[in-house]
Formats: sequence, C-alpha cells, structure tokens
Amino acid sequence: MKRPSTLTAYAFLYLVFLYLPVLFLPLFSFNSGTIVAFPIKGWTLDWYRKLGEQDTLIQALWNSLGVGTVVALLSTAMGLFAARAFVRYRFRGQRAAEGLVMLPLVIPGIIVASSMLVLFLFLSLKPSLLTVVLGHTFLALPFSVSILKSAFDDFDGSLEEASYDLGVGVFETFRRVTLPVVSPGIVASMLVTFTVSFDEFVLAFFLSGNQPTLPVYIWSQIRFPAKLPNVLALGSILLLTSVLLLVLAEYFRRRSSASEVQ
Amino acid sequence: MIFRSEASRGYTLSAPATAYVGFLVAAPLVILIAYSFWTQTYVTLDKTPTLKNYSDAFADPLVRHLMLRSIWIAGAVTVVTVALAYPIAYFIAMKARKKTIWLLLITIPFWSSYLLRVFAWKLILGFNGVMNSALMMLGLIDEPLDFLLYNEFAVVLTLAHAWAPFAILPIYVSLQKIDPSLLEAATDLGNSPLQRFMRVTLPLTIPGIIAACLIIFIPTVGDYVTPALVGGSDGKMIANLIQVQFGAANNWPLGATLSLIAMLSVGFVAIVFVITATQIGRRIR
Repeated sequence: MKRPSTLTAYAFLYLVFLYLPVLFLPLFSFNSGTIVAFPIKGWTLDWYRKLGEQDTLIQALWNSLGVGTVVALLSTAMGLFAARAFVRYRFRGQRAAEGLVMLPLVIPGIIVASSMLVLFLFLSLKPSLLTVVLGHTFLALPFSVSILKSAFDDFDGSLEEASYDLGVGVFETFRRVTLPVVSPGIVASMLVTFTVSFDEFVLAFFLSGNQPTLPVYIWSQIRFPAKLPNVLALGSILLLTSVLLLVLAEYFRRRSSASEVQ
Repeated sequence: MIFRSEASRGYTLSAPATAYVGFLVAAPLVILIAYSFWTQTYVTLDKTPTLKNYSDAFADPLVRHLMLRSIWIAGAVTVVTVALAYPIAYFIAMKARKKTIWLLLITIPFWSSYLLRVFAWKLILGFNGVMNSALMMLGLIDEPLDFLLYNEFAVVLTLAHAWAPFAILPIYVSLQKIDPSLLEAATDLGNSPLQRFMRVTLPLTIPGIIAACLIIFIPTVGDYVTPALVGGSDGKMIANLIQVQFGAANNWPLGATLSLIAMLSVGFVAIVFVITATQIGRRIR
C-alpha cells in the first residue's frame, strides 16, 4: 500500500475545517446550559420542544415555505424555457443572454438588496412576501438555468425529431418526449432554488417588511443571548433540512445525466 | 410549426428569463442613479438634481476608510481562500480516486444557510466561546484569548470558510482540462515535479484562478452579514454603512450614492485585476 501523501492529509484536514464549525450548532443545541462553551453541562431536548410553542417562529416558517415554493416554481419555469433555448437553438446574442442570466450570482448582495428596495417602492410595491419572492426568483434563476442546461445537454435531440416525424405537434412532443426525460433536472432545479430562497437572508432582510422569513427571524433572535439555545435548535433543524434537500437534488441531477446512457 | 426560425424560437423561449433579469438589473440601477442626485432631509425627498451626495461621500473620511477596508478585506479573503483551496482542487483533479464524492463533500456545507455558518463562527471565536473554552479545558491557555472575535481576522477566517467551494470548483475545472500528455512531455524533458507544476500546471490554471478570485472578491466587498456578526467595530465594511442609510439613518439618496460608489470601485478593481493577472499569465508562459 502506498503511504498517504501530505496532500491527502491536507485534503482531510480541509474537510475538518469545512465541517467542524457547522457541526458545533447541532452539538450545542443539545446542551442544557445556556452558554455556548465547553464543558457541556448536560444533554437535553428541551430547546427543540420549546420551538413549537413560538407563534412568531411558526409564522416565519410558513412565510419561508411559501416564498420558497413560489420561487422554486417561478425560477424553474423561466429556467426551463431559457435552458432549452440556450442548448437547443443558436441565435445572435445568445452568449450575452446566457451571461445576463448568470449576473445575479456576481452582484454584491447589499447592492441587489438596496437597489431592489428602491425599485419596488418606486413601483409602489410595499415590502412584503411578494417583493421577497420577486427578489429571490432573481437570485435563484442562475441556479435553475445552469442545472436545466446540463439536463438538456444530456438530452438526445433526435428523440424529438422522431416525434415530429411521426406527426406529433410541438407542445405534445414537449409534454410526452422532452419533459419526461428532463424531469429529474426539473426536480433538482426546484429543490435547489427552494433551498436558495429558504436560506437567503440579506435580500429578505431588506424586502420582507413586517413579514419576516425564517432567516430574518433568526437574525432578530441572534442579538439576545437568552434566545441563543433557541436559535441553535432551530438552526440545526434548518441545516439538516438544507443538506437533505440538496442530497436529494443531487440524486435527481445524477439520474438525469444517467438516463442519457441507457 | 409555430415559430418560423430557430433564432426566433431561441429568443422567445429565453425571453422570460432574460427580460426578468435584465429588468431587475437595469431598472433599479436607473432609479438608484436618480436617487443619488436627490437629497433627503428627514422625511422630505428633494428631487432637485445635485452632486451633494457625491461630494459628501468623498469628503467623509469614514466612507473612504470603510470603502478601502472593504476592498482590503475582500482582497485578503480572496488570497487566503484561493491559496487554501488550490491544493484541494489539485488533489481532487489529479490524485483523488472518487472525484464525485469529494466534489459533493466540498459543496454540501455551502448549502447550509450562510447566516448560520457565520453565526457558528461567532460562537466559536467568542470570548467565552467554543474555542477558548476548549483550549482552557485542555489546559493549553489560562485565560481566554481576546483577539479571536470582532476584528478583521475573524472576518477573513469566516469568509475563507464560507467561499471555499467557489474557489475550489473553477480551479478544479481548469485543472481537469489540462491535457495529460503535456505533463508527460514536461517529465520526459527532465522537469522535476515542482518545475513541471510551475511551468505547465500553474500557468494553465490561471483562467480558473482568475474566475475564482472574481467570484469571491466581488460579493465579498458588499458582504453585510459577516462584518455585522463577527467584525466588531474594527471589521465593519461598506455594506454596513449602506444598510444604515436605508435603515436607521433613513437617508436613501446617500445610501444609493454609496451603493453606486461601491459598485464602481468593485468594477474598477476587478478590471485592473483581470488585466494584470492575464499579463502575468502570459509572461510565465
């Protein structure tokens, strides 16, 4: 057997650096003491039990779930058409269009947030869940386009040709041939865009008005040391949810690339 | 057929996405620019065009200080993150056997809420926090270290952690593209592994490094959460000042002006960086 190299050792250390900080949240969420420090006083599930009793938290959760769902649907629908256009057709200005759709990824958050706040108030849209949806859809679009682009990349165009040759119309072909093949990509896109919205803070902080999403609610709690265990328990649940959703998305994405081989 | 040509189908299908993003980039920008020429006193917005916000912003030493610090911190974060990430990208591309598993492992933490990851660092680095209490329990220190939290170091460390996958993935992609026969040729011509890396591998990955730097640098300059949570007063950045203008200070015209100044500064630094890095890349080759 080969001796593990320093590079391999470094890689494992790096993984520890990536994961350890995040794992402290769940660890201390079971701590019966209210101070986040070693040694751990004792183990308890109380902080989790108390989460269900907080009405503002539950309301914020519903807000986030609602916003995330609408964002997932909107951005995936727009992303689906755009990705298909980018992969299947060649047109002038295509590269510029693809670049434009990726732009939300690289604009600093505070600039997106402040400029959208100004725009929405100019359009007489009061900060609310609606404006959060509009903002998050903007942020989520690059993710859905790139996931769906790779789904269409793997799609064999001759299947559609065959369908047209057999006399099936454009929409019917899309529904019966294209959609089933790229559907794992669609599911992956919905899961990812939902997570993007569910975890997003800065835009929601500027645009949610008096309808906080879950991250905005957490932000309001972080300032009070007494609320710390609460935030830890809630945060741990959120971490677990995000990771599960993303692993699920990855599974569907893989399935969409695998279907090409079969 | 409903649509006549390929091109028109392409336009029609991509229109909703491009129009949506295009509108939400362009419209706020126009209004932001308009706001930056207006003034606000308490609740009344005066729409007489003036350059007062700009002269105020440039004359204010706090604005200059925060802007320079944001660029300096973002630069430090970029260098640290890319330097830490390069060996990992190299390991995954060249050495690792289960590449997809490694890539997945690297990206999973990125999908947890950014706010919560920054919050975790606040708990770890705090005076009575995880790190200090652990070191004291182990008997390595007698009293808590006070230089961990609320300074630039905490901001750089937290962001280097947060941006890790953004640095690893572009570099990994550029390493993946290297033709193995080039590496073999270098070895056959008598290059040591280090020479081979410096002469072949590194120059070929410069596009990946540039991409990683931009992806990290640009959003970091405008980061709000990290300086607010772990920066303390020594680690505050321009985004915190912008937020105050739109929040407590209620001076939107000044906030708009600061946003625009930040955007232009980021753009300027990014362009200078890309030109310099490309030049250096050519010279190495």
